[in-house]
Amino acid sequence: MDPSDASELTPRQSASSRLKDYFIGATPLQKRLESVRKQTSFVPTSPRRKIPQCSQLQEDIDTQKIAFLLRKQWTLYSLTPLYRFSYTNLKEYSRLLSAFITAEKQKGFAVEVGEDFNIKVIFSPLPGMKGTQRDSEAFLVQRGLLRYYRPQSDFPIPDWPPLRKKESPALGFPEGKTHQILSKSQLPSENTEGKVLWTGWFCCIFGDSLLETASEDFTCLPLFLANGAESNTAIIGTWFQKTFDCYFSPLAINAFNLTWMVAMWTACKMDYYTAATEFLWSVPCSPQSLDISYAIHPEDAKALWDSVHKTPGEVTQEEVDLFMDCLYSHFHRHFKIHLSAARLIRVSTSVASAHTDGKIKILCHKYLIGVLAYLTELAIFQIE
Amino acid sequence: MSTQRVKNSRTQKRTLQGSKSCQTRLPIWKITEKPSDSESILKHGQNNREGNYQRADDEGGDALQIAVRFFEKSPIKTSWSKDKTLEKHLKTVENVAWENGLAPEGIDALLNVAVSGKFGNAISTRILKCMIPTTLISEDSVVKAVSWLCVGKCSGSTKVLFYRWLVAMFDFIDHKEKINLLYGFFFSSLQDDALCPYVSHLLYLLTKKENVKPFRVRKLLDLQAKMGMQPHLQALLSLFKFFVPTLISVSLPLRRKIYFKSSENLWKSVLIAVRQRNQRSSPAPPKLMLGSANVRCVKRKWNSHSIIPVLNPSSHNKECGKKEMSLSDCLSSDGSFPLVKLRSFPQLLQNIHSLELPSQMGSVLNNSLLLHYINCVRDESVLLRFYHWLSQTLQEECIWYKVNNCEYGKEFVNFLNTIINAECFLQEGFYSCEAFLYKSLPLWDGFCCRSQFLQLVSWIPLSSFSELKPLLFDHLAQLFFTSTIYFKCSVLQSLKELLQNWLLWLSMDIHMKPVICSPLETTLGGSMNSVSELIDYVGWLSTTAMRLESNSTFLLHFILDFYEKVCDTYINYNLPLVVLFPPGIFYPALLSLDSSILNQICYIMHRYHKNLTAAKKNELVQKAKSEFNFNSKTYQEFNHYLTTMVGCLWTSKPFQKVLCHKGIHIDPKILEEAGIAEYKNSLNLVHHPALLSYAVSFLQEWPEERTVNLSTIRGKKWNWYLDYLFSEELEGLKLFIRSSIHRSSVP
Repeated sequence: MDPSDASELTPRQSASSRLKDYFIGATPLQKRLESVRKQTSFVPTSPRRKIPQCSQLQEDIDTQKIAFLLRKQWTLYSLTPLYRFSYTNLKEYSRLLSAFITAEKQKGFAVEVGEDFNIKVIFSPLPGMKGTQRDSEAFLVQRGLLRYYRPQSDFPIPDWPPLRKKESPALGFPEGKTHQILSKSQLPSENTEGKVLWTGWFCCIFGDSLLETASEDFTCLPLFLANGAESNTAIIGTWFQKTFDCYFSPLAINAFNLTWMVAMWTACKMDYYTAATEFLWSVPCSPQSLDISYAIHPEDAKALWDSVHKTPGEVTQEEVDLFMDCLYSHFHRHFKIHLSAARLIRVSTSVASAHTDGKIKILCHKYLIGVLAYLTELAIFQIE
Repeated sequence: MSTQRVKNSRTQKRTLQGSKSCQTRLPIWKITEKPSDSESILKHGQNNREGNYQRADDEGGDALQIAVRFFEKSPIKTSWSKDKTLEKHLKTVENVAWENGLAPEGIDALLNVAVSGKFGNAISTRILKCMIPTTLISEDSVVKAVSWLCVGKCSGSTKVLFYRWLVAMFDFIDHKEKINLLYGFFFSSLQDDALCPYVSHLLYLLTKKENVKPFRVRKLLDLQAKMGMQPHLQALLSLFKFFVPTLISVSLPLRRKIYFKSSENLWKSVLIAVRQRNQRSSPAPPKLMLGSANVRCVKRKWNSHSIIPVLNPSSHNKECGKKEMSLSDCLSSDGSFPLVKLRSFPQLLQNIHSLELPSQMGSVLNNSLLLHYINCVRDESVLLRFYHWLSQTLQEECIWYKVNNCEYGKEFVNFLNTIINAECFLQEGFYSCEAFLYKSLPLWDGFCCRSQFLQLVSWIPLSSFSELKPLLFDHLAQLFFTSTIYFKCSVLQSLKELLQNWLLWLSMDIHMKPVICSPLETTLGGSMNSVSELIDYVGWLSTTAMRLESNSTFLLHFILDFYEKVCDTYINYNLPLVVLFPPGIFYPALLSLDSSILNQICYIMHRYHKNLTAAKKNELVQKAKSEFNFNSKTYQEFNHYLTTMVGCLWTSKPFQKVLCHKGIHIDPKILEEAGIAEYKNSLNLVHHPALLSYAVSFLQEWPEERTVNLSTIRGKKWNWYLDYLFSEELEGLKLFIRSSIHRSSVP
């Protein structure tokens, strides 16, 4: 661009009309900016949240697929709305993405789209994985190697139901219906069994604040979770960015949000506990940093929580602070170390565990939606 | 790679443009055989080559015609190798060709001879090497020549040379439509291993979207499988992918730059000459507009190759689910105007309704034409895509968010500069930048990318100041008060630019005749309020800064620069708004030791005077529509300032009466104690500390005065002194005195 051109330009006519829009605040862009302002001017996260309720999953959720998402370590990303993403084109996306990956893997070697590759990508919806009916439907992307025979495969594809024909493909995906598309080569057969090398899924749980500001061309799935090699995430992410004009950013979880997580997860009612409530602090000191791990029996943690918890069904900032302060003072009494001066880097409970680097592992099926709702909130905060 | 293509088609266009004006200049080709001895003419022509071009041209032309006729008419003989006449004619052709090039007809005839191969391989080669156009090559000649290739009379090496020639001369061919019809023929020639690199190059130049077919893609992939990764095939494949991304996928290595061996080498020097010839006749070569130029940095992380994505057409809209493409899809895809073709503003205007949009909206930052487009487009999704991309990229790249990100600092600065250029170009700020400022200003150290950051501040779109204040200006104020004077000056500078931008936007708005009535009126009032709040805010900042920096002249200059904008809002921007400066600025400026400050404040007072007078006049005229009546306090305050100034500069009665509680009043007792009870004369044009040196040097210009006695400047001398001051470039003072003081009474 030529800067000398710039000086000769007069301000455009429509500036004024946008100005009007501004004060009326009508356009999605204006709403977006408004919400950014609100976000910035008030406390970053709302000071009270609901305690995750037992199983808020919709009835039509596929338990087998849910099981597949549990107990895996996921790396978190925030994602801006996808432009012109269509649930009816999942099959086509599979073809394009596998060709793209193949081409990326063998730099400079062109590949035909739709050719039978060793690399296979499958898009499949995760019906029911939503907080409200308005939330966009989650979907899963798996990238596997075919013709890689392994008897005890954890590739769940062969058990998936077969392709169901859509009545009106032009009208988009009807809300709340099970929808499954598989490409032909994924139909169960002996030698197409493969190994899943990489899995990623996109979801939006209670993402109302984002939905308000997006127009109908966009699909809001602000939370993206990936499991597998970073290089695969890179290639697949690049494809999504190029195809749907979206933007992935790594989603880190700061210590403040970690304390919220541990408080909310401790507050969850559990039938039985599978893991201790554990904290990991990092003390920056040379030559090696010192990590302090602090594990409590989950029932003790729950008892402590119940003693600080006042508002039924909700968690407030004061309660979170109080909960943590109790833990700090207990630790200080025994070890004379002020943990509040160290950096909290990981929390784990029977519900889930989270690392400040943006890694999460969800353990409890019951509170999956609750955990994801908070992560969605963080992701939306990051993209605003 | 696509740049190369773009460049090619550009020159092609230029040639086409040139052709219209060139046609008449082409030497007229007459088949008139002269009986004279061609040899002597040729000799003559050669001797004179350096002396008289025109004659050599004409005579050479005649010899050339004879030579060409010879080549055309000669029967096919078995051996031409030792023929003297042939050699002579060939020399003639070569000389003329390398000197001035050949006319289309000459090329047509000789090309025919060369590819027919009737004189044998060596001669064909020599002829092909001198097929240099004067200006253009006719398309038909090429088509004819290609048809000879099918006959199979010419050797492989001649074919190779022909293709190389075709690639090198591609831009000089007048039309390409018929050649494009031969696409299939060229495509099948790819199978010939020797020809393949050159044919690929030709196809690369020739391929249009409609030429890309699934069977061709498959054929190319077969070739690739057979021959391995060949750069020329890669280039062609990636072009295919560019046109139809749903058929093929390829990812090119980033470092490779050259995909085709240069075919131009043989003709390099003469090509430049031909281009210059052609260019001379075309009035203005099209300006380079497609700026993206595929400048890719080394891939450093997966999000992008460089921060700003490369301009690519979007692929997913219609091709997805292509098998059952609907009618509307067909219509829209046929009608859409491809991005690669977009090269000028008129093109943008003609195709604005059917412009193909880039797959990643961020790429528009590098393309000024598309910036125009997104500036006027009403489609919210385009703006939202750009908004999301820019917000996230700014956040992701921002260097003070991350501790170990120093090495990318330069890249971030460049990125910010690109954004600021785009904002200047559009004369409008981006919302993403505003949102970015909200988030990053509280974390900013006031040092990193200062210039860029403050420029972003100056492009904040006009909005409610009271809303912006806690988000932006409060944070800025903290930095302002705790930083150096230079930082304070830069902040004031950018706030001045912000004010100017707001005033411009607002004045555009007020000029639009109100279509909708009631809500707009109030919003206009709201935005006027916003502007005046901004001015008040800067007044507050300035007053405090003056105290902190102990009335620094340097700082005062920047403050007064700001008020130079403020004082002219009524006249320059036609906005019913006049805000005066606070006394904390006025008095230090009035009593400054620096004459340029005094001059500046005189100028500002003069402009205030003009603006307020104009406003008053207007108010009287249209009493009914006076929604924005000025507060009478503004007038009072101004009058007070004016009286003080006149007192200080003219009547030597400073701070006489306290008209306003804001004025300076000094107890006479204190003055007495300080021994300056005679203060009455100590402030006027002569005694004012800023002007004292002028008075002294004025007096020194009078040779008869031996001692410098300032009190002698009065009466007539006072007038001379005034003229002297005015001649010393104190323009502001001149304007102020002329407008505010009636000089009937001379003190």
